[in-house]
Amino acid sequence: MAAIYSLYIINKSGGLIFYKDYGSAGRMDTNDSLRVASLWHSMHAISQQLSPTVGCSGIELLEADTFDLHCFQSLTGTKFFVVCEPGTQHMEVLLTVIYELYTDYVLKNPFYEMEMPIRCELFDINLTQAIQKDRVALLGR
Amino acid sequence: MIGVGKIKQYSNVLDRSLSKGKQEVSLSAFAFLFSELVQYNQTQVDNISELERRLEDAGYAVGARVLELLCHREKGNRRETRLLGILSFVHSTVWKVLFGKVADSLEKGTEHEDEYMISEKELLVNRFISIPKDMGTFNCGAFVAGIVRGVLDGAGFPAVVTAHFVPMEGQQRPRTTILIKFAEEVLRREARLG
Repeated sequence: MAAIYSLYIINKSGGLIFYKDYGSAGRMDTNDSLRVASLWHSMHAISQQLSPTVGCSGIELLEADTFDLHCFQSLTGTKFFVVCEPGTQHMEVLLTVIYELYTDYVLKNPFYEMEMPIRCELFDINLTQAIQKDRVALLGR
Repeated sequence: MIGVGKIKQYSNVLDRSLSKGKQEVSLSAFAFLFSELVQYNQTQVDNISELERRLEDAGYAVGARVLELLCHREKGNRRETRLLGILSFVHSTVWKVLFGKVADSLEKGTEHEDEYMISEKELLVNRFISIPKDMGTFNCGAFVAGIVRGVLDGAGFPAVVTAHFVPMEGQQRPRTTILIKFAEEVLRREARLG
C-alpha cells in the first residue's frame, strides 16, 4: 500500500539522472523511464509558454484518475517529480526534503559528475529512510 | 584633530595578537571546499594510490600547523614527550578543535607493539562522500591520516599513518580506522624512558 509509486529526477536538459520505483504496478524498464522523463521535461517547458498568467514557472501538480504527479523545480532547472496515489498529502514537503538530500549527498560528493546519472550510495540510503519516514507518518495519521 | 582617537591599525598581520578566532565554520562550506580539493587532485594523478598520497600530503601541512597552534592555545606551550601523551592529545584535543568532538575510540593494536588505532563511526570529511565501486578501498580519510601524521611528525614521533574502512556487522556503513604505526626509534625511546 505505497502512497508513492515512483520518483524521478531530471537534469536541466531533460535527461533522467535518477529513477526509483516504489509501487508494484506499472514497473518500467530503463528506456521507458527515459522517455517519460523527457516527455515530462518538454511538457513542463511548453506549459510555461502556454500559461495565460505572466511569470509562470511550470506545472506543479498533475491530477489524473489513478495517480497524482507533483513536480518541484529548483532554481537551477533540476526537476524532482513524484508519481503518487491520488489525494496524497504533503508531497511538496517530501520533494523539498529530497532536494535537500540531493544537495547534501550528491552535490557534495567529489566523485559525482554534474548532469550525470546519480550513483551515490549515501543518497540512496538517506532517500530510503526519508520515504520510509514519510510512509510511516502517512499511515499513522 | 583628524586622526586622534583612531584605533591602532597593525600594518603587519603577524603583529596582531593570536586570538581564539571564530570557533565554527559552516559544514557545507567545508564540504564543498574538500570536494573541490579531491576533484582537483583527481585531475592531476593517474591512479588511486597517487590520489591518496596527495590528500595525505595536503593533510600533513595542516597537521604541522595545527600542532603549533594548539600547543600554544590549549596546552600553554608544554611539549608531549610520552607516546600515550601525544596519542591522547591527538585523540582528544586535535579532534575536538578540528571536528567538534573527541574521536570515538583509541586502541592499541593487538598484533604489533607499534600499532595504535583511532576509530570513528564516520569521519567528518567523509560525511557526504560516497566512494564509487570501481575505486575499491580508496578513502578520503587519507586527508585526516595526513593531519595525524603531520602532528606526530612535528612532535617528534615519526609514524606511518593510514586510513581504512572496517566493515561492521549490523551496520550499513563501515566505520573508519586511522592506523598509526610508529617508527622503531619512537619505541626504543619510549622503552628507555620507562
